[in-house]
Amino acid sequence: MTAADGSLVVDDLKVEFDGFVAVDGVSFDAHPGEVRFLIGPNGAGKTTCIDAITGLSKGTGSVKLGDQELLGRSTQKIVRLGVGRTFQTASVFEQLSVLQNLDIAAGLHRSSWSLLRARRGVDPAIEVALEQTGLSNERETPAGILSHGQKQWLEIGMMLVQEPRALLLDEPVAGMSQDERTATGELLHRIAERRVVLVVEHDMDFMRRYASRVTVLHQGRLLSEGSVAQVQGDPKVQEVYLGTAGAVTTQAEGE
Amino acid sequence: MDALLPPLLNGTALGALLLLAALGLTLTFGQMGVINMAHGEFIMAGAFIAYMTQLLVTSSNISILLALPLAFVGAGLLGLLLEIGIIQWMYRRPLDTLLVTVGVALILQQIALQIFPAQGVPVEAPGWLDGQINVLGYAWPLRQVFTIVLAALCLAALAAWLKYSAFGRRIRATVQNRDLAETSGIRTRNIDRVTFFVGSGLAGVAGVAASLIGGTNSQMGTQYIIPAFLVVVAGGVGQIKGTVIAAWAFGIALSFFADWTTGSMAQVLAFVLLVVFLQFRPQGLFTVRTRGLT
Amino acid sequence: MTKIKPWLPLIGIAVFAVLLLVVAPAVLSMHWINNLGKYCCWAIAAVGIGLAWGRGGMLVLGQGVFFGLGAYAMAMHLTLESTAPGSLPVFMILYDPSASLPAFWEPFRSDVFTLAAILLLPVIVAGVLGYALFKRRIKGAYFAILSQALAVALAVLISSTIRETGGDTGLSDFKYFFGFVLNDDANKVMVFMIAAALLIMCLLVVWQLNRSRFGELLIATRDAEERVRFLGYDPANIKLVAYVVAAVMASIAGAMFVPIVGIITPAEIGASASILMIAGVALGGRASLFGPALGAMAIGWGQSSLGSSWPDGWVYILGMVFILVTLFLPMGLSSLFGKAKGLVWRPRETPPATLPDPAAVLEPVDESAVEEVKK
Repeated sequence: MTAADGSLVVDDLKVEFDGFVAVDGVSFDAHPGEVRFLIGPNGAGKTTCIDAITGLSKGTGSVKLGDQELLGRSTQKIVRLGVGRTFQTASVFEQLSVLQNLDIAAGLHRSSWSLLRARRGVDPAIEVALEQTGLSNERETPAGILSHGQKQWLEIGMMLVQEPRALLLDEPVAGMSQDERTATGELLHRIAERRVVLVVEHDMDFMRRYASRVTVLHQGRLLSEGSVAQVQGDPKVQEVYLGTAGAVTTQAEGE
Repeated sequence: MDALLPPLLNGTALGALLLLAALGLTLTFGQMGVINMAHGEFIMAGAFIAYMTQLLVTSSNISILLALPLAFVGAGLLGLLLEIGIIQWMYRRPLDTLLVTVGVALILQQIALQIFPAQGVPVEAPGWLDGQINVLGYAWPLRQVFTIVLAALCLAALAAWLKYSAFGRRIRATVQNRDLAETSGIRTRNIDRVTFFVGSGLAGVAGVAASLIGGTNSQMGTQYIIPAFLVVVAGGVGQIKGTVIAAWAFGIALSFFADWTTGSMAQVLAFVLLVVFLQFRPQGLFTVRTRGLT
Repeated sequence: MTKIKPWLPLIGIAVFAVLLLVVAPAVLSMHWINNLGKYCCWAIAAVGIGLAWGRGGMLVLGQGVFFGLGAYAMAMHLTLESTAPGSLPVFMILYDPSASLPAFWEPFRSDVFTLAAILLLPVIVAGVLGYALFKRRIKGAYFAILSQALAVALAVLISSTIRETGGDTGLSDFKYFFGFVLNDDANKVMVFMIAAALLIMCLLVVWQLNRSRFGELLIATRDAEERVRFLGYDPANIKLVAYVVAAVMASIAGAMFVPIVGIITPAEIGASASILMIAGVALGGRASLFGPALGAMAIGWGQSSLGSSWPDGWVYILGMVFILVTLFLPMGLSSLFGKAKGLVWRPRETPPATLPDPAAVLEPVDESAVEEVKK
């Protein structure tokens, strides 16, 4: 597949730690307009892929956003090229207020000298982010006091305010209530209209409801790829997730 | 070659002394994430125990040998006291333990100052350490050889204990994955106590060796604590292999620098060398690679 | 009331300024003005430490280096002020009358060079060391130990270069201060006022930095460095700025220390002095605005009064300060005020510093070791 403008194309990504191969030649691509899910059992290498794409781990191969190569660059450069990433445990600044958190995120392209002044007023982009994540009423609240779900939304809000071209989310709905999951799923779909959205998740239900396309990893390699239905019907996937019995049953049904 | 030999041998002896000082530190830092700034005062305690042993056992030939196990136990008990009293609430909080033990170090120094005379006390070397051995034309002081032998013995004993004894296996399991060790029934609290005891005891042994070389006074701990920590940082925290290599490298570097310039310039140069080294290997020579290690 | 709240610190600084600059000179004896001047110097260094440690999370255990740079720069200048060009300072004559002035002394004859050196030397040293360490993500306890190692190295170096720097006896016997005769009460009060004014200025600088976006970024870096990196900033640069500011303040403190106290020796630079500076900040409360300054003044007072009348007891008190504050009141006395308002927090300590290990598994646990134990 060629890199359409703004797509994230991962080509033969390999990540190795001291002889242990965590990711072994994975290739996939994610385009704006779809919500791509990356799933797989524990240890499959999903988070490692994200780490490699965002410069936290060293990988070989190629990861292109649009026509820019990401591998080999430092994390801050990759972020400045337009890649945002959330973490499994929402990583926000607990001592600072919601507004301060978003303001720091929005300050990406501010000049260094402007940092010496105190903040005046609220950036319109931040107002938008506050609305999208439903945190308008919590703007002065220290982020540490927010509920678990709110923290994760704050993290997504911080990403949005930076207007990334690609948004990588690591288990965004872990620990959320059913309502919160629905809200998150809808938010992701809105975001994905103009951006690449890649979600690493374990929650199969969330995946079924909101995934446009799914990539399945297993032991560092690509196992299967396609729509939700295709992947769920793939016997290889069932074997890995459910054991051989499930695979036999679906094979009989499918054939 | 002639010119290289003395600093090489001196440096190895210095490295051996640094190793003794740093060995206990790498155990406690690597095992429990605890920074003990009072470690230098445990070295001082060992030196004072050597002095007191000499007062009791007037024959200087035997007193040193007797002082070694006494210093190990004495300093070890001090360490145990520190662990039970203060440190046990501060695991995995290196900055807090650093500050707390700074206070402990001050207090220990002051206690020493009140018990012993301020200018220090002399520790006489045993008669059988007088003299030199001839190495390729260089008269190598026996005392230096003694330090090296002592360090090697302690290293071997520690390595053997860690590798072959049941306790050693438990320690290794705790270092690799504390949670898994706990759920497997290992009493990690006791492991930590024993580790701290052994680590502090090693400092005591280092103190005995140090007492033969320099003055034995209330300030001697402050001379060893920073170099010992630098060795631990350079070698990689908790890595005994790394500590050995780093200690030896430091000793050699200091020895050679002192030959070219002065003793104090040597310290500055060694510091610069360390910072440069850390540019390339900020985690030290060796690191532990395990899941979940902070 | 909420309209006034952000300006409360500023009002506090104003009150402090009035006390130091107006009330003190009118009320205190010469002896106490001198002492207060000394405490102001330590307070200046402490304010910088409060920025770097309290807000930036960097335990700077070796500020003695920068204190020493400023102090010796000032001391060399003041010594040369009472030495005719071409002749040697007294202590050098005693040591070796036939030698000439070491080359690095010459530039300090100039007023301008000295002032520039006091400000720029710490920038260079802190800049280089900070860059080397922060870029390699060396932080926490490692950084603390390395910063102390530098202070010790410098102190040892000065100790052993008797001819060039006065060695352990240090530099003293200053007669003039930029043209003013030091042995004059009115001039002594002026020197005190300069130190006090510099303290107020440093408080204002830190106040502004704290409320600026940089201040927010610094706190963010302290609490979640990786998140800052993942927002596109380089945390190393942020920490570097705070570290350099702290270094400059320590240097200024050292520079004013010299005319007030009249002597500078390696003892004021090495490990003990650096530790003393930290004690005050820890006691007062490192993350607050006034805590470091007030804590440093309290410790300074303890050092001069108890330190001379009851030196043994003072050391025990100092030791207990470290132990008790770290165990029970880690954010210092100012956190007691915070408790009253219901806002206390304990910073979550970051684990020992190594290169951040990626979230992925590196090696399976050596279960054989655990298995063996079960036998």
